[in-house]
Amino acid sequence: MKNILLLGAYSDIGQALARAYAAEGNNVWLAGRKQEKLDDLAADLRIRYDQGVETFLFDAADTDSHESFLEGLPVLPDSVVCIFGYLGEQEQAQSDWEQAHRILMANYVGAVSVLNRVADAFEHRGKGSIVGISSVAGERGRQSNYLYGSAKGGFTLYLQGLRNRLFKKGVHVLTVKPGFVDTRMTEHLQLPGPLTAKPEQVARAVVKAERKKKNTLYVLWMWRWIMLIIKLIPEPVFKRLSL
Amino acid sequence: MDVTNWNNYPVKNAEVVFFDTKGELRKLIDTNEHLIARGLGRCYGDASLSDTIIEMGKYEKALHFDRESGVFECQAGLSLDDILKITVPHGWFLPVTPGTKFITAGGAVASDIHGKNHHVDGSFSNHVLKLDIMLADGTITSCGPEEKADLFRATCGGMGLTGIILGVRFRLKKIETSYITQRQVKASNLDELLGYFEEYKHYTYSVAWIDCLKKGKHFGRSILMLGEHSRNEELPDKLAADPLVVHGDPKLTVPFNLPAFVLNKFSVKSFNALYYGKNLKKIQQGIVHYDPYFYPLDFVHSWNRMYGKKGFVQYQFVLPLSATDGLVRIMRRISEKNMGSFLTVLKVFGPQQSLISFPMEGYTLAMDFAIEDGLFEFLDELDQIVEEYGGRLYLTKDARMNARFFHDSYPHFREFAEIVRKYDPQEKFSSLMSKRLEIRG
Repeated sequence: MKNILLLGAYSDIGQALARAYAAEGNNVWLAGRKQEKLDDLAADLRIRYDQGVETFLFDAADTDSHESFLEGLPVLPDSVVCIFGYLGEQEQAQSDWEQAHRILMANYVGAVSVLNRVADAFEHRGKGSIVGISSVAGERGRQSNYLYGSAKGGFTLYLQGLRNRLFKKGVHVLTVKPGFVDTRMTEHLQLPGPLTAKPEQVARAVVKAERKKKNTLYVLWMWRWIMLIIKLIPEPVFKRLSL
Repeated sequence: MDVTNWNNYPVKNAEVVFFDTKGELRKLIDTNEHLIARGLGRCYGDASLSDTIIEMGKYEKALHFDRESGVFECQAGLSLDDILKITVPHGWFLPVTPGTKFITAGGAVASDIHGKNHHVDGSFSNHVLKLDIMLADGTITSCGPEEKADLFRATCGGMGLTGIILGVRFRLKKIETSYITQRQVKASNLDELLGYFEEYKHYTYSVAWIDCLKKGKHFGRSILMLGEHSRNEELPDKLAADPLVVHGDPKLTVPFNLPAFVLNKFSVKSFNALYYGKNLKKIQQGIVHYDPYFYPLDFVHSWNRMYGKKGFVQYQFVLPLSATDGLVRIMRRISEKNMGSFLTVLKVFGPQQSLISFPMEGYTLAMDFAIEDGLFEFLDELDQIVEEYGGRLYLTKDARMNARFFHDSYPHFREFAEIVRKYDPQEKFSSLMSKRLEIRG
């Protein structure tokens, strides 16, 4: 039995992860911005799985609060899963700094702020596991979502560096690139069925990949190849495409 | 986006919205007109279609489960499928369940669902202790059999027109095992079947599959399926090791809409002959898991696609016990027309005291019909017979009856409409069904 801290627990992937971790017999600590949502999810998890469930208020964008947030935890968790993120409006963000800032904070700056502290603590303890939910959007900049994409790309590189640093210290880092997922964040998009995973599918894959100490997880195998092809297109050609 | 329910008819281009806090829902109610809640889309018609559809499927947390007393509370979007997964391992079962577990708790209330135990346990609302509802003005109100009883009565079976059901608190049924001791009795005609219903009425669960296409002296040949929750000592050793095992996920799927010609009178007739013929003995007995017993069709995911792209309608009516003539007349019309369906089920309801719920003491028959030319005219004809004998149709299965028939066949319709107007004076909540049936006049 481990203590798993879920940052951004109320997102669709967060809920599915909370259920998957609790079903495996772990205590789950739910962190998010809205107490009402956290309480509802906590009640549900206790009824379903009989595991210890705690809730904590946490705001990824409020980086000043991260230190006291982590100090407020009962003990240092065994695993930290960083789920929060914000897709945002690309077109708006191109000219509206507030929107762009929000995207960068939610997908990159906030994650670095909290995980930097977690990484130090895990390194010091010589044990622990960090899971970051990044995105395939971070693999190549495209006109349709390069603000979200660049923040997730930064997050992917950050996790990669963290893995390189912490591997020797007994700390595992898993990068997850779910591809399309059928969630509230994407509810307004028409997603192609075969390339779209259910949150429960993502959660099962993450729990398994963490156990097997995988480095990078693409939830649906096709995505690894799709992104490989997209990355291989030469820039002189790529810049002419409207992707 | 285009939204349609289980029978693929009608299709409505609607705005689909989600929420996960009460504040978000309040905002949706404030800023939209013509709203209706939708759960898992298993109704057969237009009850949950409107300009703006509030998807309830993600508002699905279990909130309270007392394993001693069997009281359960959840958000309205939780499915019966999930509820069973949570409660069965602790020896508790749904007090009432329909033929699919892929419906939500809120939907169970809004339709006031019935099951094979209606003659013993009544409908779902008989087991509800409390509902939390967000009304048209955004306030949240609790109601129950004793508290704000008018709102409660108009919400059970009220098709979502009083407000958005947020939470449901109800009583579960104690079970020793997750198995059903089943007894199947073959009846070679309708008279024999009705006799058996009477003879076996002490059984908790009873329903009959009936061959609607058979003419002559075997008219109404059928299999009466009876059941009781198995007790521990009835289980063979193999099952006794894990007496409260939960169901699994669907195994098969119909991957696309089949062409309409797949289901025709010949395929239905052969299916019926095989189905009736598979029981060689007059009486068969056995122990089966609750999953195939209650939910035989859940085993095939998307079975609705068998009826093709044009979709189908289900016709479910109830007639008073005295109206066996009417039952015979309707069945004869169906067999003459050769418009039969795979699964035609007959059940005897017990008495029911409620405002707008479907069940009443009598016979209920449910049939599927693929949509084809002449079907709606034929169903209008059946409506007349149902009306003549003082019966009515199940709103959850309805996509086409006319407003006058509805008003006249539900004795408390006017009182219901009055309560709906009291709690939603601006008509925030409406559906294609509420317009078609002129519930607001």
